[in-house]
Amino acid sequence: MSKVEFNKETGPREVFCGLTSIVWLHRRMPDAFFLVVGSRTCAHLIQSAAGVMIFAEPRFGTAILEEKDLAGLADAHEELDLVVNDLIARRPEIKTLFLVGSCPSEVIKLDLATVAEKLNKRFLGQVRFVNYSGSGIETTFTQGEDGALKALIPLMDSSDEEKLLLVGTLANNVEDRFKKIFRNLGISKIESFPPRQSTELPKIGKNTKVLLAQPYLSDTVRDLKHRGCEIISAPFPLGIEGSTEWFLAAAKAFKISELKVHEIISPLVNRAKLALESHKEILKGKRLFLLPESQLEISLARFLHNECEMDLIEVGTPYLNKDLMKEEINLLPDNTKIVEGQHVEKQLDRVRESNPDLVVCGMGLANPLEAEGISTKWSIEMVFSPIHGIDQAADLAGLFSKPLKRNQILTSKTLVTH
Amino acid sequence: MELTLWTYEGPPHVGAMRIASSMKDIHYVLHAPQGDTYADLLFTMIERRGQRPPVTYTTFQARDLGGDTAELVKKNIKEAVERFKPKTLLVGESCTAELIQDQPGALAKGMGFDMPIVNLELPAYSKKENWGASETFYQLTRTLLKEKVSSSDKINPLRWRELGRRPKVNILGPSLLGFRCRDDVIEIQRILSEQGIDTNVVAPLGASPDDIERLIDAEINICLYQEIAEASCEWLKRNFGMEYTNTIPIGIKNTIEFINEVHEKLDLPLTNKEELENKSKLPWYSKSVDSNYLTGKRVFIFGDGTHAIAAAKIAKEELGFEVVGLGTYSREMARQVRATAKDLNVEALITNNYLEVEDAMKKTAPELVLGTQMERHSAKRLGIPCSVISTPMHVQDVPARYSPQMGWEGANVIFDDWVHPLMMGLEEHLIDMFKHDFEFVDGHQSHLGHTATNKNNILNSDEKKEKNSKEGIIWTESGRAELTKVPFFVRGKVKTNTEKYAILRGIPEISDETLYDAKAYFS
Repeated sequence: MSKVEFNKETGPREVFCGLTSIVWLHRRMPDAFFLVVGSRTCAHLIQSAAGVMIFAEPRFGTAILEEKDLAGLADAHEELDLVVNDLIARRPEIKTLFLVGSCPSEVIKLDLATVAEKLNKRFLGQVRFVNYSGSGIETTFTQGEDGALKALIPLMDSSDEEKLLLVGTLANNVEDRFKKIFRNLGISKIESFPPRQSTELPKIGKNTKVLLAQPYLSDTVRDLKHRGCEIISAPFPLGIEGSTEWFLAAAKAFKISELKVHEIISPLVNRAKLALESHKEILKGKRLFLLPESQLEISLARFLHNECEMDLIEVGTPYLNKDLMKEEINLLPDNTKIVEGQHVEKQLDRVRESNPDLVVCGMGLANPLEAEGISTKWSIEMVFSPIHGIDQAADLAGLFSKPLKRNQILTSKTLVTH
Repeated sequence: MELTLWTYEGPPHVGAMRIASSMKDIHYVLHAPQGDTYADLLFTMIERRGQRPPVTYTTFQARDLGGDTAELVKKNIKEAVERFKPKTLLVGESCTAELIQDQPGALAKGMGFDMPIVNLELPAYSKKENWGASETFYQLTRTLLKEKVSSSDKINPLRWRELGRRPKVNILGPSLLGFRCRDDVIEIQRILSEQGIDTNVVAPLGASPDDIERLIDAEINICLYQEIAEASCEWLKRNFGMEYTNTIPIGIKNTIEFINEVHEKLDLPLTNKEELENKSKLPWYSKSVDSNYLTGKRVFIFGDGTHAIAAAKIAKEELGFEVVGLGTYSREMARQVRATAKDLNVEALITNNYLEVEDAMKKTAPELVLGTQMERHSAKRLGIPCSVISTPMHVQDVPARYSPQMGWEGANVIFDDWVHPLMMGLEEHLIDMFKHDFEFVDGHQSHLGHTATNKNNILNSDEKKEKNSKEGIIWTESGRAELTKVPFFVRGKVKTNTEKYAILRGIPEISDETLYDAKAYFS
C-alpha cells in the first residue's frame, strides 16, 4: 500500500442522506416504486435533489408522518397500510415497492420490516415489498443504493452457474458497452445488479463472481459474500487506468489471459488517450480539493492525478472502507491526504488556505465558493452522468476541465473592441 | 399519514432558514441530521446565492442517539457563536430532532451568552414552510423588541407632523425564496418615496437585528406578504399601536388602493391621484386594440394566497380574462381565497396535492394557466400556455433583469409575462385567415411553435381515440370534418361544447350542423 495519509474528522457536515439515491434508482428499475416513510423534509429533499419536477407522476413518493402517527405506532402501521393500498390501486403496474426508512421513522422505531412482511402476504403474486433505510442518521448519499441492493439480496434465488455479476447502478449505455467487451473477452454469462427490471433479479451462488462498478456498496458486498459469491478485488472503472485494471481483474477471475484483455481493449485505450489530451492540457498541474459527498472521491482523485496530472491537495470521503478501497488507495500517489468524515467549517478553512484551482463539492457549497473566486464542480453530476469505462474517460475529465475552461474564457480578453 | 409526490412547501425549519438567510448578523443552529443540509442548495442554486445560508447543522448520527446528543448541540452552538459572532442567535430543530427532545433552545439559553437567543419551536409534523418563516420572523421581532413594550407609548401614525419630518414606514415580509421579493422592495420604496414617504426598515430581507430594534421608529408597517409578515405586524400593532396595510400592491387597482391606504393611515393628502393611472403601461396596453383578443380568455390560477388573489383581480378587472379556476396551497389564507373565488363564481381549490390541481386544470380547460413551478409542468403536459406567478419556483423564475410583480413596473412585467405565452391578436387573426392555404402547417403558432405542436398532437390523438365520446355520442364524418376546420387552438373547446350541447339535447350523432347549432347555443 502506498504511503497515504489517513485523517478522520467529525463535526457539522454538508452532505445528502441516502434517500437521495432514489433519484437514480427509480430510473434504473422502472417497474419499482420507492415509498419513503418520513417527514415533509424527506419529500422536500428528494424533490430538491431531483432538481425539477419533470414527471407526470414520479415513481417515488413520501408517506408523510403527521402528529397523530407519532402518538401511536399501531396507528402508524395502519395508516401506512392505507397509503400503500391507495398507491397500488393508483399504480397497478408497480412490481416492487421499496419501503424506505428515514430519520424520523428510524427514531420512532417504525418497524418497516414487519410492515413489508404483512404486505407481502397480502399482495402475494402482485407486488413485492422490501424495506431498507435511507436515513441520514445512518447513511450518506450513495449509501442509499447500498441499502436498497442489500434489501433485494434475500429475494435472489441460488444458482451455481458461473457468471460475472456487475454490481452497482450504471448508465444503461455504459453497461451495454461493458457487457459487449466482456463477451468479446469470452465471458458468456454477464448479469447486472440492480437489474433493469426489479423482477429480473439475478440468481447467485458460489460460482458468481462479483465485480463492483461502484465504490459505495459495503453492505451489499458483505451479504453477497455470505451467499457464497466470490468478490473480485479491483479498482473502480473510472478512467482508462481504473477500467483497464477492472477488466484485467475480471479476466483473471475467469482465467482469461492478460494478453487477450489488452488485445481487446487496446484500441479503446488508444483512442481514449487521444480524447483525453485536450482535457489534460487544461487540468495538468492544477490543484484539486475534493470535499466528501458521493463516495467516488478516492477513485476520482486517482484518475485526475494519474491520468490528468492534477495535484491533489485533499481527498475527502464521507466514510472509508479500507478493504473495499484497497486497490484504489494503492494507485494513489504517496502522501495523498485522505480525510474521512467532515467538519465543514474547518474543511472550508483549509480550502481557502490552500487556494485550489478546482474544488469538487455539493450544490450547497458550489456557488458560495465560486463567489469567492474558486472554481467548482458539483459532485452530484458524477452520479447522474455516464462516466464509467474507457470510452467515457474523456467525458469524465471534461466534467472537471469545463469549469476551468469557462473560467479562462470569462477572465480573458481576446477581442479588441473599438 | 399523507402520500405526497411533490410538495408545494418545505418543512417549517426551511421557513426559518429563509428568515435567517435573508438577514445579516444572524446565525441559526439547527439540530438536524446531515441530510437536512440539502436545504442550502435552495438558496445557492435556485437563488444563485453567493453566500452559504448562516446555518450550522448539528449533524447527529444514529450512534449519537444512545449517547449525549445534548452535548453535541452545545458543542455546535459554542463553535458557531465563536466562528460567526452573530448579533442574534436562532436555535431550533428539524423534524427528527423534534422527536428526541433535546430542547436546543433551552440549552443555548443556559450557556451564558450575552446576545439575544431566539428559541424556535416549529412543529414539523403539523406545520409547513411559510408558517415557519412567519413564526420565526415573529419570534425574532418579539425577542428583540419585547423590552421596549412597556416603556413605549402607542405610536401615533400622525406623529411625523409634530416631529417635522417625512413619514416613515417599514416594509415587512420580503424574504429569500419569496417570489420576486428583491425587486418588489425596490419598486415599493420608489413608489413611497415619490409620495414623500421614507422607508425606515425593510425586513427580513437585508435587515440586521439592529434594524429590527429600530422598527418602532416608523409610523406604520407595510405588510407586503401576509404569509410572512402578518403575525409580526399584528404583534407590533398590539404592543406599539403600529397600524399596518392590508392591500397587496400587485396590479394597477391594488397599487392605487395601496397608495390610498398608506396615505389614509398617515393622514397624508394624496396630491397626484390623476397621475397614478398613467404610471404603468398596463392600462393602455390592455385597452389597445390588439388586446381585444384577450377578452374572455379562460385562465386558471393557483399559487400562494397573496399572489393567487392578486392574479385573480388583475385577470378579471385589468386584462378582461375569465377566471375559470382559483386555488391556493396556503391553508392559512384559505378564507380569503374562498371569498375571492366566491366573487368570481368559481369554487376555490385549497389543496397540497398537485394532482388535484392538474385534474381541476383539465376539467376547466383554460387557455392560460397562472401557477407555480408545479403548474408549469402540468400545463406543459396538457399543452396549455403557463406563466409562473408564485413559489415554489425554479432557477428560471429568478431572472437577472429587474422584474417585480408589485407596483407600476410589476404591472408591466405581469402584462408581458401573461400575454406573451398567448398568441398575439393580429397573429391569431392572420392564422385564422390563412389556415386553408396549403403552406399552412396545422399547429403553426409562430413564437409558440413547439407548444402548439404538442397541443395539436394531444387533440388529434384525442380525436382518434375518442371517435365516440364517453357519453356514447358519435361524431359523424361531416361533424369530424367540420371540427378539423376549426382553428386548432379552440378546437378542444368547440369539441367539448358541442358534446355538451348534444348531451343536453339528447342528440346521439354529431354532424356539421350540430356543431353550428352548438356554436349558436353557446354564443
